[in-house]
Amino acid sequence: MSTISAVAAHDDHHGPEKGLLRWVKTTNHKDIGTLYLWFAFSMLLLGGAFAMGIRAELLHPGLQLMDPQFFNQLTTMHGLIMVFGAIMPAFVGLANWLIPMMVGAPDMALPRLNNWSFWVLPFAGAILLSTFFMEGGAPAFGWTFYAPLSTTFAPDSTDFFIFAIHLLGFSSIMGAINIIATVLNMKAPEMRLMDMPLFVWTWLITSFLLIGAMPVLAGAVTMMLTDRNFGTAFFDATGGGDPVMFQHIFWFFGHPEVYIMILPAFGVISHILPTFARKPLFGYASMVYATASIAFLSYIVWAHHMFLTGMPVAGELYFMYATMLIAVPTGVKVFNWVATIWKGSMTFETPMLWALSFVILFTIGGFSGLMLGIVPADIQYHDTYFVVAHFHYVLVTGALWGIIAAVFYWLPKWTGKMYNETLGKIHFWWAMISVNVVFFPQHFLGLAGMPRRIPDYSLQFADFNYISSIGGFAFGLSFVLFAYIVVDCIRNGKPADSRPWYSAKGLEWTLSSPAPYHSFNTPPTRAEILEESQHS
Amino acid sequence: MKQFLTLTGAIAALISSRAVIAEYGLNMTKGVSTISGDIYNLHMMVFWVCFVIGVVVFGAMFYSIITHRKSKGVKAANFHDSTTVELIWTGIPILILIAMAIPASKVLIEAEVLDKADMTVKVTGHQWKWQYDYPEEGIGFMSNLAQSSRDAINLDDKPENYLLEVDKRLVLPVDTKVRFLITANDVIHAWWVPAFAVKQDANPGFINDAWVEVTEEGTYRGQCAELCGKDHGFMPIVVDVVSKDAFAAWVAEQKAEKAEAAASATKTWSEDELVANGESIYNANCSGCHQKDGSGIPGAFPAMTDSTIANGPASDHLDIVINGKGGMPAFKMLGDADLASVITYERRAFGNNGTVVQPSDVTSAR
Repeated sequence: MSTISAVAAHDDHHGPEKGLLRWVKTTNHKDIGTLYLWFAFSMLLLGGAFAMGIRAELLHPGLQLMDPQFFNQLTTMHGLIMVFGAIMPAFVGLANWLIPMMVGAPDMALPRLNNWSFWVLPFAGAILLSTFFMEGGAPAFGWTFYAPLSTTFAPDSTDFFIFAIHLLGFSSIMGAINIIATVLNMKAPEMRLMDMPLFVWTWLITSFLLIGAMPVLAGAVTMMLTDRNFGTAFFDATGGGDPVMFQHIFWFFGHPEVYIMILPAFGVISHILPTFARKPLFGYASMVYATASIAFLSYIVWAHHMFLTGMPVAGELYFMYATMLIAVPTGVKVFNWVATIWKGSMTFETPMLWALSFVILFTIGGFSGLMLGIVPADIQYHDTYFVVAHFHYVLVTGALWGIIAAVFYWLPKWTGKMYNETLGKIHFWWAMISVNVVFFPQHFLGLAGMPRRIPDYSLQFADFNYISSIGGFAFGLSFVLFAYIVVDCIRNGKPADSRPWYSAKGLEWTLSSPAPYHSFNTPPTRAEILEESQHS
Repeated sequence: MKQFLTLTGAIAALISSRAVIAEYGLNMTKGVSTISGDIYNLHMMVFWVCFVIGVVVFGAMFYSIITHRKSKGVKAANFHDSTTVELIWTGIPILILIAMAIPASKVLIEAEVLDKADMTVKVTGHQWKWQYDYPEEGIGFMSNLAQSSRDAINLDDKPENYLLEVDKRLVLPVDTKVRFLITANDVIHAWWVPAFAVKQDANPGFINDAWVEVTEEGTYRGQCAELCGKDHGFMPIVVDVVSKDAFAAWVAEQKAEKAEAAASATKTWSEDELVANGESIYNANCSGCHQKDGSGIPGAFPAMTDSTIANGPASDHLDIVINGKGGMPAFKMLGDADLASVITYERRAFGNNGTVVQPSDVTSAR
């Protein structure tokens, strides 16, 4: 018996290993992509559950469900889990699945590093979540963990939080190195940089943002660690430090971070719109340049998060102008998307619905971002629900929308099966309407003066909080349907063609559905690359 | 499962009960300061620019979505590049941005630069209350969340200014340039009164400044705007803006009260007096962390019950309250009589059996 399976295993040398250990030991880009995506989805549900707790407490004025300290733990963990546990890993999962197929490579360049960068994540997540069960509770200082609330005044569990952030940072940096190595070394020899699909371009640029930004975050938490435990005073004025310096360091990471979470989504949208408009992407080259400009600008605008920390007027003016400048390349992208669908021949399958609503809702988030960049107005907006509405429009209906659009678009390629289109559409409309019920009223709350991160509020904010909470519960529930659609597709879906979207272009569609375990054994030729190019 | 059902039931009950409805706002306040109206106008200008761009872009999208569809038999065009168009939609936004940046810079410089103030108020953020000092007038006090709001947190019936009322309000004269010097004692707070268009971070160890000239008498309310720990949502700001005469009268009254408090610090108080006074000070200043019943929060805030400090030597107790320790802030801004009261309360209430502390003990311990 054992000899037979040994022979079979040998014959199966190029296929996946049998059993659960396959997932532990795998170095295959598709397996690792799948792991990343399921991990991200489970973290999304968990972070979503925290959000449900927050919205339930905010349903009515008064404290009904939890004490303020626990509320602060929920807002903190909601932010950290969504950013580091859900959105970032989901995009790395998409990169793993798609980049080798899109550039005509057999696998990622550094497969063992790839395995490690995934398997660090569950442990980092477990360390972070374990703080809930520690004496003093989980970190309660917001996902931005400003010192000294996160140093002198933080619970003991903060040291576990620091360690978890370090591990998450390792994972991201390793993932980014792998993507750069894959794109630059493993792409088909006949593929030039300006032939690369936009998802590959946006991820390549994102990788450089990750490599630049994550070490800065590691520096910030290390300084916190030594301030807390080893008597340094980086962020403590009584020892010659400065709490505002923490914010400079944090946002020097934090602003590139927001583009880390949105640029790959830009890439996804740039694939989906041409497919369902049956028209090439408009302005491919300007899309690449706009992405690169946004990435560059993201490093020089960080202090627009800090206009009220006591910055000199000259600093405020500079950061205001630089911030406003980001509207230009972002605008170019939006205009290019509109021009892509203009005079197309559109159909509205589920991925297209997500992509079109992405353009509209992300742009609304962009408008409020521009408003926040105007310093005098920011005096009133800063740290209110207006900001909460803004970043949920760009991160939920931006980043998360891009991920969901990508899942529906490439699911047939991943699973070899077609999802249920009717359910897909019902889910889209459910999520699209409810997400606006959650977040649109928060603009009004912020303008009317409701600060963010408060567990209880005065009576004039009651109505909109009530509406927002009801929308929140509906939006949260929509993810149950999403999970059902994906599982139903894997189990019962009808077999999908290798090119399920007739009009789709891209090397990934030249592979069978589901995609073979090793993507391209022989690199595609120049003719094939040009044939599958998005922009010709 | 049973817990899940209870939770679902609780949430359903919450959804179905509509408690209180109050007047709500949709937009930023125009405010009552010399700057706040300009900021409101700037906000509206940027909003309308975004609105118009949105109408144009989304209008084009919806037109395209409605007309350019396969179901209508439309055949796709094949254009995919145009340098001219790219230049136009890079150039026009730049012009719009410049047009927005000019008024924004003007208002910013106007809001940030102050030549000469008529008076100064020092604002200090504490976990979780505000301290106001008038250095030129020589008066100062703490401003806590009003007990009426604190008591109503778990009641259905909330007072009118729930969470927006304090025990002692900041008082400012109308039509006067007031400079605020803003700092904090522990973590970062932010002092925000929307009607003044003043929001400034209060950083521990550093002093920020802001200024306001209020043009209308009235009562204006705000809140802390930077997450500062557990009771961040429970440290409101209430400002009474009064006529210059009324302000002068108020200052005189405060000075008289201060003199009276100084006199009472030299006499010997009875234990009952100290405990009675101490209880209200404890509830306003200490109960946020150590809890009203003295139970504390394990792992974060020590309990008062069975405390070695409250039952130990008075000198240790005085030291930790006056000078603080780690996460425990220093309370040296309280008067001698108040400190003696609150320390005595802590040592005699909660089943503790520590010694009574007199105001004179505080004076000598400082």
